Amino acid sequence: MTGTILGAPDIGRALTRIAHEILERNEGPESLVLLGIPTRGVPLAQRLAERIAEVEPSFDAHARCGSLDITMYRDDLRSQPTRSIGPTTLPSVGIDDATVVLVDDVLHTGRTIRAALDAIKDEGRPTAVQLAVLVDRGHRELPIRADFVGKNIPTSRSERVHVRLAETDGEDAVTLTGGRA
Amino acid sequence: MKHLLGTQDMSRADATLILDTTAQMAATQEREIRKLPTLRGRTVVNLFFEDSTRTRISFEAAAKRLSADVINFSAKGSSLSKGESLKDTALTLQAMGADAVVIRHWASGAADRLAHSGWMHGAVLNAGDGTHQHPTQALLDAFTMRRHLVDSPEGKGLDGLTVAIVGDVLHSRVAGSNIALLKTLGANVVVVAPPTLLPFGMASRTDISVHYTLDSALEAHDLDAIMMLRVQRERMTGGGSGFFPSPEEYTRLFGLDRARMDRMPDHAIILHPGPMNRGLEISAEAADSPRSVIVEQVSNGVAVRMAALYLLLSGEEAPSE
Repeated sequence: MTGTILGAPDIGRALTRIAHEILERNEGPESLVLLGIPTRGVPLAQRLAERIAEVEPSFDAHARCGSLDITMYRDDLRSQPTRSIGPTTLPSVGIDDATVVLVDDVLHTGRTIRAALDAIKDEGRPTAVQLAVLVDRGHRELPIRADFVGKNIPTSRSERVHVRLAETDGEDAVTLTGGRA
Repeated sequence: MKHLLGTQDMSRADATLILDTTAQMAATQEREIRKLPTLRGRTVVNLFFEDSTRTRISFEAAAKRLSADVINFSAKGSSLSKGESLKDTALTLQAMGADAVVIRHWASGAADRLAHSGWMHGAVLNAGDGTHQHPTQALLDAFTMRRHLVDSPEGKGLDGLTVAIVGDVLHSRVAGSNIALLKTLGANVVVVAPPTLLPFGMASRTDISVHYTLDSALEAHDLDAIMMLRVQRERMTGGGSGFFPSPEEYTRLFGLDRARMDRMPDHAIILHPGPMNRGLEISAEAADSPRSVIVEQVSNGVAVRMAALYLLLSGEEAPSE
């Protein structure tokens, strides 16, 4: 399976559905905070927040949205080329006693999320942490699962999932490349 | 980057990467929990052949904030004062498993020697070698200036800014590192010093403006930042080595006081690498004025050193491309 798996309309629908699921699960937006993991988790978190605000006008999308860089919490810093550090901007309301929804583009091994949980611990003490991802491609290496998934895409380890977003790449698309020839 | 030895050979891309990383490190230092797990299990050795409190504790704080283990090795009361050679010290550090060595040495070129000798594998960070280089000081100065004087600074240099460096440029490794880095980042450099305290050949350089009194520099340039160097009393004494007639005359010609401060544009900032000689190169009024960023330089110093340690120690075992 190679090629485009999700187009712009599919991504839009998936995000709308996740926004509703987040509201249902948490019985409203009162204590919700969305934290995107750079690079592409950040615009996804902003889009989810805007959709939540459309449903619940009391929800201030701008004040409840932030980014959480996890580079310095990774467990592979020695073995991978040096990564540049992204910005961490916490929502103005803070994350203490909030329900934090972590947002990332692709859930794969789970190691990024493990690092994100450590990073959150150093930033504050939320009541609960939930995970929303656009794509779950399997191959977990840690006991971590997503609460909200845009699309499950079965992949082989040699394949690569690319998420492209209008904010960072000029278009919305999820593509799959590679795989054994 | 494998080592941080000086700023002369540093590319603009590397310099801005360090400054951008510094900005993220500085942001983590405003949190409640300032410690990061990034360098857990790594060992950083502070190898100080020359007295230095500020630089050593700054590197120590930086390494500890990143969870590295820190070993302080200073000349006094150690094997270094018993005449051990740099080579034997390096072999000892290698055997102890040092991942990075921060070296301050009285001899120019000591850090370079340590890095390229093959005596040890770890990264070498130059924390000042003789009258040669002090790269982390130049980087923290550049970071401080960029933060105050450049809008949305990420990814940018110091293009078009005019920065004056005032004082003992001849003996100052801070000036040596700063001039090279400021030029790399696109700033105009103005050097103000007595002719006796200028390095050989600097007065004929066309890419630097040289002035022999602070007043003429203030007359000729709209400064965005002024960097006062410490008069290094320990290098000024001794028979026949008078570089200027008297401290009073130095203050009169090169000291930054209220009147001179008021002649700078309103946005201009005052830097000093410390420790200050109040009343000699800088008046207390200037040092404590709202334009002074001298205290902020200290906290930025920790962030710069965190960035340097992170960039040198991560990706160490990555397959080379």
